[in-house]
Amino acid sequence: MSAIEQLPEIDNGLLRFLTCGSVDDGKSTLIGRLLYDSKSILTDTLHSMACTSERRGLEAVDLSLLTDGLQAEREQGITIDVAYRYFTSGRRKYIIADAPGHEQYTRNMVTAASTAHLAIILVDARKGVLSQTRRHAYLAHLLGIPHIVVAINKMDLIEHSQAAYERICDDYREFSAALGIGDVRFVPMSALVGDMIVERGERLDWYQGPTLLEILECTPNAHSERDEAFRFPVQYVCRPRQGSDPNLHDYRGFMGRIESGEIAVGDEVLVLPSGKRSSIKAIETIDQSLPLAIAEQSVTLLLEDEVDVSRGDMIVSAGNSALVTRQIEAMVCWLGEVPLDPRRKYLIRQTTRDTRAAIEAIDYRLDITTLQKRPAENLEMNDIALVVFKLAQPLCVDSYAENRSTGAFIVIDEATNNTVGAGMIL
Amino acid sequence: MNTPALKCHASLTHLDWLESESIHILREVAGQCSNPALLFSGGKDSLVLLRLAEKAFRPGRFPFPLLNIDTGHNYSEVIDFRDFRACQLNERLIVRSVEDSIRRGTVVLKSPFESRNRHQSVTLLEAIEEFGFDCCIGGGRRDEEKARAKERIFSFRDEFGQWDPKNQRPELWDLFNARVHKGENIRAFPISNWTELDVWQYIERETLQLPTIYFAHRRTVVRKNGLLQPVTELTPAQANDAVEELSVRFRTVGDITCTAPVESTADTVARIIEETATTTVTERGETRLDDQISDVAMELRKKEGYF
Repeated sequence: MSAIEQLPEIDNGLLRFLTCGSVDDGKSTLIGRLLYDSKSILTDTLHSMACTSERRGLEAVDLSLLTDGLQAEREQGITIDVAYRYFTSGRRKYIIADAPGHEQYTRNMVTAASTAHLAIILVDARKGVLSQTRRHAYLAHLLGIPHIVVAINKMDLIEHSQAAYERICDDYREFSAALGIGDVRFVPMSALVGDMIVERGERLDWYQGPTLLEILECTPNAHSERDEAFRFPVQYVCRPRQGSDPNLHDYRGFMGRIESGEIAVGDEVLVLPSGKRSSIKAIETIDQSLPLAIAEQSVTLLLEDEVDVSRGDMIVSAGNSALVTRQIEAMVCWLGEVPLDPRRKYLIRQTTRDTRAAIEAIDYRLDITTLQKRPAENLEMNDIALVVFKLAQPLCVDSYAENRSTGAFIVIDEATNNTVGAGMIL
Repeated sequence: MNTPALKCHASLTHLDWLESESIHILREVAGQCSNPALLFSGGKDSLVLLRLAEKAFRPGRFPFPLLNIDTGHNYSEVIDFRDFRACQLNERLIVRSVEDSIRRGTVVLKSPFESRNRHQSVTLLEAIEEFGFDCCIGGGRRDEEKARAKERIFSFRDEFGQWDPKNQRPELWDLFNARVHKGENIRAFPISNWTELDVWQYIERETLQLPTIYFAHRRTVVRKNGLLQPVTELTPAQANDAVEELSVRFRTVGDITCTAPVESTADTVARIIEETATTTVTERGETRLDDQISDVAMELRKKEGYF
């Protein structure tokens, strides 16, 4: 009980979020605004933006330049993929995953969304909910992002109309209800002038809710909202066997990061896939022996019994184990430029475990705009489909809806070693 | 609005989270790669990496040697500190120098005093080949510059050590892909998600020792394009230079010919954190003579006209 209190006193931790939208929706301006108003843009960066704005004949600094790609990339017209940006509010650190549009959008957004705990979906107030908005909402849902903020931007261009704003909110709710995303919030804003992002401004007085930054500040941390099953994929086994220190002669520490749940000394555990039972003898970090450790902590576990454990195994709570299986059904987003060939074998990496896999069936391909299911022979880049895999080695899994770590995997093409697919286990 | 019932489990502070992520990345390198090396210069970012490696692998030894590419243009304090720290940790340090590449003829200088930053990569590739490293762990951070913002944590390099932005592997969740064919390799960046301020806060929290040139000290310098150029044997003052002695510190440490100190009286980590939190210029903008940017004070005024 008091173990948690012994954990270090905290700031508000860290929040990873994703921004979805195209440049036309003012996404770059929104990010620029967050960074500028939180004073995370430094003078030299701002100066080079100011010079470029001036060169392009603009009156004010164009904040969208901040997230523009490299000049060389723009000139060559290369599709830029996910970029990561950082700012701090003083109370919390933020990592923004910024996925640009273009034809590779699904692939980029899936990548950016995989680590996000919140998504900001931008809607142009003049255009309302578009098919693009639906795609964003669906992908955010598919990737299991628990918190959604619908940012209705460019309110200045529709005379800050409350009625128009309400209409857009209703439209969004209508289709998103079907997806079942728990926490959806709406904010009217103007990224260009900064209203309702960090500052409230004076033009949207009818809106009584929080600003965008207030929402970000109050979003609960990942893993903090519900009880989770303890999952500890073993990354590395520490066997120092240093002759000089007899205490270390029999030392076998299982190193890894707690992907979910928490663990205390004395807890009963199972080692998967073997299913051998033991209990926790110690939880160590370099200089401490902890009574308890929580999700996202990297620790070393020592077990009471001499159980055979190696990289790729998973230590789980005895009372709430994972499924050990040689077949998985998953929603797969194909990322590779070479289409999936159902006759080939691929490598699947899930937690710290690899196995070869054969495609048993492609049940359907999903049109993510209409959510219609269509038959498919193969999968091309950006396709999303329900695929059944047969596995050479068993994996220890949970459903992705239940656990975003143990329910996720990547598909690797052994010929090129490229990462060609991302899967979410059903 | 549908707010879920709050069941409050404890969470990590931002530094604990970053530390844990970095440890996880280092252990993935150890688990996935057969012959990695950790690039260690004696600079602050690589000293943070070493601390993280201790946290990741003790009580065992590091599953990789430390590798330094010595340009021959380094401040001696940094080199001394490099050797001291490697010895203190009782880990293996491999040093390969640009001088040797010059002697071999694989590095050809245009002028004897030119910056050797660029040439380091030749020597690094030679070392990678000599030892057959399949992964090099580096201290790069995404907040350093625009190009880095898109860098993967596990970044694929072809046989020529080239980074091809069009040919990078998608990186999802924390599932890293370090697989390579012979001759190719991976650069792994465990502190990708750290900012300069995070690095200093961590140095303070872990009470890490640093080379003295990171702290305020008196040094003779000349002003060039708004940056301070230290007067050294490699970079002597020219006839018409106004030589000054100022209190300065280094924000980054690299080749003497292209790393500029900043004016500062911050002589403790706490004071450096205070300066970093309130600085108005990016780390590279203020300290890299090879990224030449224009005068900063003037920009500030210009900026205020815009916003």
